[in-house]
Amino acid sequence: MSKDAILGAIRRGLKRGPLPADQAAMLEGRIAAHPRHLIPARSRLPRPEQIALFIKNVEKEFGTVERIADVSAVPAAITDYLAAQNLPARLVMAPHPELEAIDWSSRPLLARETRRAQDGDLVSLQHAWAGVAETGTLFFPSDPVRPATLNLLPETEIVLLRASAIVGAYEEAWDRLRAERKDPLTGGWMPRNLMLVTGPSRSADIEQTLELGAHGPRRLHILLVEDEAAPREMSRAEARAQATAQPGTPATPGD
Amino acid sequence: MVHLTSPAFKENATRALADPGLQKALARTKPQFHGKRAKAVAGLPEFEQLREIGKNIKNHTLANLDFYLERYAAKVEEAGGKVHWCSTADEARAAVLRICRDAGAKTVTKGKSMISEELGINDHLESHGITPVETDLGEYILQLRKEPPSHIIGPAFHLNREDWEESFRESHTDLDPKRVFTERRDILTEARTKLRSRFLAADVGITGANFLIAETGSSVIVTNEGNGDLTQTLPKVHIALASIEKVVPTLEDATSLLRLLARSATGQDFSVYTTFSTGVRRQGDLDGPEEYHVVLIDNGRSNMIGTEFQEMLRCIRCAACMNHCPVYGVTGGHAYGWVYPGPMGSVLTPTLVGVDKAGHLPNASTFCGRCESVCPVKIPLPKLMRHWREREFERHLTPGTVRTNLGLWAWFAKRPAMYRAATRLGIGALSLLGKGKGKFGWMPLAEGWTRGRDLPAPEPGGTFMARYAKTRRNGR
Repeated sequence: MSKDAILGAIRRGLKRGPLPADQAAMLEGRIAAHPRHLIPARSRLPRPEQIALFIKNVEKEFGTVERIADVSAVPAAITDYLAAQNLPARLVMAPHPELEAIDWSSRPLLARETRRAQDGDLVSLQHAWAGVAETGTLFFPSDPVRPATLNLLPETEIVLLRASAIVGAYEEAWDRLRAERKDPLTGGWMPRNLMLVTGPSRSADIEQTLELGAHGPRRLHILLVEDEAAPREMSRAEARAQATAQPGTPATPGD
Repeated sequence: MVHLTSPAFKENATRALADPGLQKALARTKPQFHGKRAKAVAGLPEFEQLREIGKNIKNHTLANLDFYLERYAAKVEEAGGKVHWCSTADEARAAVLRICRDAGAKTVTKGKSMISEELGINDHLESHGITPVETDLGEYILQLRKEPPSHIIGPAFHLNREDWEESFRESHTDLDPKRVFTERRDILTEARTKLRSRFLAADVGITGANFLIAETGSSVIVTNEGNGDLTQTLPKVHIALASIEKVVPTLEDATSLLRLLARSATGQDFSVYTTFSTGVRRQGDLDGPEEYHVVLIDNGRSNMIGTEFQEMLRCIRCAACMNHCPVYGVTGGHAYGWVYPGPMGSVLTPTLVGVDKAGHLPNASTFCGRCESVCPVKIPLPKLMRHWREREFERHLTPGTVRTNLGLWAWFAKRPAMYRAATRLGIGALSLLGKGKGKFGWMPLAEGWTRGRDLPAPEPGGTFMARYAKTRRNGR
C-alpha cells in the first residue's frame, strides 16, 4: 500500500522505525500545547491604538471602515453607503442572529434576503467573527449562520464587526476559536471553512499591475460597531511592557 | 507531465535573451519583485527572527514527518474527508480521475497549484473526457495559450497586455470581435464574467495546498483573487492536492510561516484570502462541498529525507529566490524547461527528473547567494546546487573540457608552491599588460568572458598570498 511505502521511505531516510510511544506522546503534547512562536510587537498596543491599527491596515489593503455607535445605526449606514456607491438598495444577508435582530424598519426601501449568496447578487451583508489588528484581517468561520459564499460571489461585501471582537495577533484569535467553538461533526473546534480576509479581491497577473475585484468582491466595507466601554487608559509602562515582542514558548524536544 | 526541455537549457536561454516581449516583461517586473519584498520586510522588524523560526518549524516537522502525516490524515478522516496516499505521479493522477468519475464530473475548476503542473492533471483529465478549467487569471490565459507557467506565483508575468487582448479575442469568440479593451480592468472584467459561469457549473473543484495542519486536519490555500475559494466552495466535491512536505504541526506553526510567506512572495503583509478547509459540509451549512478529498503525493520527496537535499523540503514556494536571481532575471522561467524554475527549481528538478536530464540547471548559477539570503526558511540553495554539481561530476555527466580543466586546476591546487609561482607569474604579467588601462577588452582563452564585459586588470602589489606574507613580515 502506498501509505506504508511512503512512511517506510521516510523512516528509512530518518534511519529509524516508527516513533517509540514516549516520543510520539511528546509530539502529541506539543500539538496539545500548540506553543506560540514570536509574535511581532506591532499589534501589542493599548486598546484604542490597537483598533486604530486594525483600521489603518484595512485601509492600506483597499478596504473601507465606517465606525458606528451601535447596531441600530446599521440600516442607515448601509443605505447611505449603497447610495454613495451608486448601487441599488438591495442586499443578501447572513442568517446571523446579530443581523436578524437589527430593526430595519427605519429603511423600508432597503430590500433584504436572508440566505447564502447566488450568482447575480450585487451586495452581501456578512457577520465577522473577529478582526486581527496585525494586518487588518477578518475571520469568517463557516457556520449555518455564516455562509462562505457571501464572502465570494457579490461584488460588494459589507461586514458587521464589533470592536470588541478585534484582537492584536492571529494567535489570540486561534485561542478564542479554540475556547468558544464546538464543531457539530468532529467535536473539535475547527469549522469546515475558515476564511481569513484582508481587503477586497485583487489580481496583479496582467503586467504586474494591481486591479481590484478579480473573482471575489471588488469592495469590502466594514461597519465597525463601537461596543466597548471607554477602555481603561493603560499606563505608559504597561503599554511598553506589552509592546515588546513576546518570544515563543521554548521549542519542544526535537525542534 | 509538463514536457521536459531542461536538457536544452543553454538553447532555451539564448532564445529567451533574444525575445523582446519577454525582455520587456522582465524589465517591468524585476524592480517590483525586489522593491515590494524589501518594503514588506522593512515593515516587520522581527522578520529575521521569524526566518529562523520558520526554518526550525520545518526542520522539526521533517524530523518527525511520518508521525505528523499520520496525525494529519487521522484528523482529516475525523472531519469526514478522505486521504489518498500516492507514491507516484501515476497513482495521484489515477486517484484524481477516480474521484472525478465517481462524481460524474464533466467540468472541473482548478485553483492555482504547482503540484498539479508536476502531475500533469489537466492533460490526464482531458484525455479522459473531463474538462479542466484553470481559474487563476494568469493560469487561465496560459491554458488558453497552451503555455506552461513561467513563475510559481505569477505564472503569466512574461506576457504583455497585447498578448492578453489577442488571446481573449481569439478564445472568447461569442463576444463582439471589435470590442475595445481601454484599460487592464476591461481584460479582468471579461475574465471574471467568463469564469463565473464555469465556477457555477463545475462538478469538482481542485486546489493545491500551501500547508496541511496536523492539529486540525486542515488544508490551507493562500490567494488574492478569490478563485481558489470559489473553486473549493461551490462544487459538491473538493480535491486538495498536496505533497507530503506541506504538513506542519499546529496553527501557531502555520501562522509563523504565513507571516513569512506573503511578504517574501508578493510583498504583501498578508494575502487577501488565507483559507483553512477541514472536511465536509456540516449539518445545517448553507454551502460548501459534500465530499472532501486530499490527494497526498510523495513523487520522489521521501527519497530526499536523510540526504543532503532534505533541506529543500523546507521550501514554502514563495518565489523570492527566483525573483532575486540574476539568471532567472534575464532568462525568465520557461528556459528552465520544467515545472519549477529559478534556484529552487535548479535544486528540485534534478531530484524529481534526474540530474542526467536537468544537470544544466544547478550549473546555471553564479553562486551570488542572493537566493539564500532572501529565502524565508533559509534553504542554502547555492550549497545544494553545488551538491548537484558534485554528483554530476561523480557520475561523469560533466562535459570533457570542464573535467580536463578542473583536473588541471586541481593538480596545481594540490601543489601550493607551484600554484603560487604560477599565479605570481600570471598576475605579474597581467598587471604589466594592463598598466594604465586598468582593464582588458579581450583576453586569449577567455573570449567567452570578455565578449560581454571587460576583465579588470589586477592592481599592483602582487597576489593575495604575496600581500598577506608581506603584512605578516611587517608584524601587522
